[in-house]
Amino acid sequence: MKKWISGCFAIILFSTLAQAQTLSFTAIPDQNTARLEQRFGKVAQYLADILKIDVKYIPVKSYSASVNAFKNDQVQLAWFGGLSGVQARRAVAGSQAIAQGEEDQYFVTYLIAHASTGLQRSDAFPKSIAGKTFTFGSKGSTSGRLMPEYYIRQSFDQAPKSIFKRVGFSGDHSKTIALVQSGSYQVGAVNFKVWERELKEGKIDTSQVQVIWKTPTYVDYNWTVRGDVDKKFGKGFTRKLQNALITMHDKTLLDSFPRKQFIKADNSMYAPILETAMNIGIIEK
Amino acid sequence: MLKTSLLFVSIAFILLFAADLEVTTLNPWQELQRMAIGAVVPDFMAVYAVKEAFLNTVVFAFCGIFLSIFMGSVLAFFFEWKPVRLFCAFIRAVHELFWALIFLPVVGLNPLCGVFAIAVPYTGIFAKVYAEIRQESDHSPLKAFPPHSSRVSQFFYGVLPAIYADIKHYSAYRLECALRSSAILGFVGLPTLGFHLETAFREGLYSEVFAILYCFYFLIASLKYWIKEKVSWIYVVLAFVFISKEVSLSWQNFTRFFTYEILPWPMRRRGVLDGTMDVSFSSDSVWNWGKNILQTEGFDGVWNTIVLTQVVLVGTGVMTLIVFPLVCQHFQQGIPRRCSRYLLIVIRTTPEYILAYAFLQLWGPSMLPAIVAIGLHNGAILGHLTGQNADLIQLRADTPRGKINRYFFEVLPRVYGQFLAFLFYRWEVMMRESAILGILGIYTLGFYIDSAISDDKMDKAVFLILMTALLNMVIDTTSQVIRKRLKISTKLTTSG
Repeated sequence: MKKWISGCFAIILFSTLAQAQTLSFTAIPDQNTARLEQRFGKVAQYLADILKIDVKYIPVKSYSASVNAFKNDQVQLAWFGGLSGVQARRAVAGSQAIAQGEEDQYFVTYLIAHASTGLQRSDAFPKSIAGKTFTFGSKGSTSGRLMPEYYIRQSFDQAPKSIFKRVGFSGDHSKTIALVQSGSYQVGAVNFKVWERELKEGKIDTSQVQVIWKTPTYVDYNWTVRGDVDKKFGKGFTRKLQNALITMHDKTLLDSFPRKQFIKADNSMYAPILETAMNIGIIEK
Repeated sequence: MLKTSLLFVSIAFILLFAADLEVTTLNPWQELQRMAIGAVVPDFMAVYAVKEAFLNTVVFAFCGIFLSIFMGSVLAFFFEWKPVRLFCAFIRAVHELFWALIFLPVVGLNPLCGVFAIAVPYTGIFAKVYAEIRQESDHSPLKAFPPHSSRVSQFFYGVLPAIYADIKHYSAYRLECALRSSAILGFVGLPTLGFHLETAFREGLYSEVFAILYCFYFLIASLKYWIKEKVSWIYVVLAFVFISKEVSLSWQNFTRFFTYEILPWPMRRRGVLDGTMDVSFSSDSVWNWGKNILQTEGFDGVWNTIVLTQVVLVGTGVMTLIVFPLVCQHFQQGIPRRCSRYLLIVIRTTPEYILAYAFLQLWGPSMLPAIVAIGLHNGAILGHLTGQNADLIQLRADTPRGKINRYFFEVLPRVYGQFLAFLFYRWEVMMRESAILGILGIYTLGFYIDSAISDDKMDKAVFLILMTALLNMVIDTTSQVIRKRLKISTKLTTSG
């Protein structure tokens, strides 16, 4: 039996050494997670063609899994949300945000409400949502959690749990819309991109669910790369990668994110996100 | 026995008022209808698309179970030694999903994470059960040994042959559990069936859900035909070869996690802020850090976990007492009995996590889905076991003719002690499940652990997991005390 075991370990060790130089990337699961591999597989192919290296997409189920994969060097590149990007860059010294979607410069969150609440669209923060049931998106989401929670705390000076009758985390933006539309929750916070896409696709019944407020703009999603990729893939790799991203014009690829196009970004743009996260205690200060 | 039962029933009754049982969805029936349609018209093409997840599920379970049998057997030899006993109690007190969440940042999203998540808690379980089997085995063969024979030969020639059948039986049962565990690991992101089940559930693709579930049942039902003792070695080796393709381990991640990331934040704070990543210690700030977690989240999580556990404990008991006559020969015969037996098998084969997930889709996040899911799953297991025990009873010649009288005046009194022993045996299992279901949005300990992990605060997550383990060990001990005091025993049980 000893032989068997040592054989197994030998195989394990050997295979670790034998790994080729592959750039792995991941993308946070923001909306429907079905067929992620198909969608992002094409992006991997695009990057592989331009960069002339193997590129592999690794699917993840949660924001924290993507951050951990980045920390572990299991992925060297990731399409993060604002918050997960900040968390990841804080944990991996030298890592940089290199690109963002055009829309990410002025991202907003919509508060949406079920028709039965009688809440109407307003410019001022709708204080009458107090006492209703409320759902965020994923716990680690910028647009589904961080920003709405920040504005809710600012308006009420209390934690969401003591403001609402019930607080939930739907898991993703599509689910938030579905839950508020079905009335399972009365109010919800949703990423404006996902809302508008689903509206266009005819998935939203506006007689049941309406936007009642939108947050001021903030920066959101970003492509972040580890600091050690130049050492690994050759000098100037980060710049080449950045170029490959901002020159991505194929609409089928961009629709996976969904963004009109990518533009350059850097770490300093995300300082407000870090501050907000510290402010409400998601990141410790 | 009656006093204890009534005490637990009244506790559960009082806690029921504290529990949040609201159905929050406006139209649960519509969703249920769609689920029913999915159940009738499963989409087996979807299964083909997730064939790799099937393979992963089986492979993780095989590797996990192999490692845990090996480690568990070794630890079983030292089980009389208290530190070993405590260590085993601790590693099995933490649910495999929590272990997966701990291993995820350490080894990354790769097969080793899944294998370890199964192997670690199962090692604790095997060590305990193997040691128990050995203790309760027939010691008479040992008397035939010459006085100075070595302990090794005593074991291999005197003990092992006597207990081998039991060990094999139990290990085979555990393989089934490991497959269930392996499947649900997908819910936290590992590439097993749960990954796709969660996606399909979330998007309401119930035809896919049921196709995957049906194939999973088939897999479990077919185990006994292709897992034969002599060839299981081949499977294990194949499984290890298979995972070795993707495995990568980094010592750096390991040390970073265990010597840095899980340290309480106040110890790391200065280093993070000035960029040196140094560690400093002041007992005051660490104490306040812990106190703050307990006050804001810990106590609330513990309270909700206890409420859920106690309600579920009694709920399971009630369900068991209702269903066991359906599978017992003194009450049912022929086809109805067989049908109820299959139904119980299906329910207990469905992991409680998946049941809870399904009910959550129907009713929204309150304790209700969790109570029903854990109650059903455990009730099916205990109903089956109690039914088996009741089958063994020789009815008295003057047994009541009427089934109701027979149930209350003959069968129930004779199986009640054993039933209670089984129920208390599973008490800590139910607590573990109650805690873990927090990940789905019920405010038990799992909710706060999941939140800490998604905020990337591993220190807090580990602190809360330790608390969960502690609570579990307390319940395990209480259960042992109660069983001893009531002088009830399951004898050797395969319900772990």
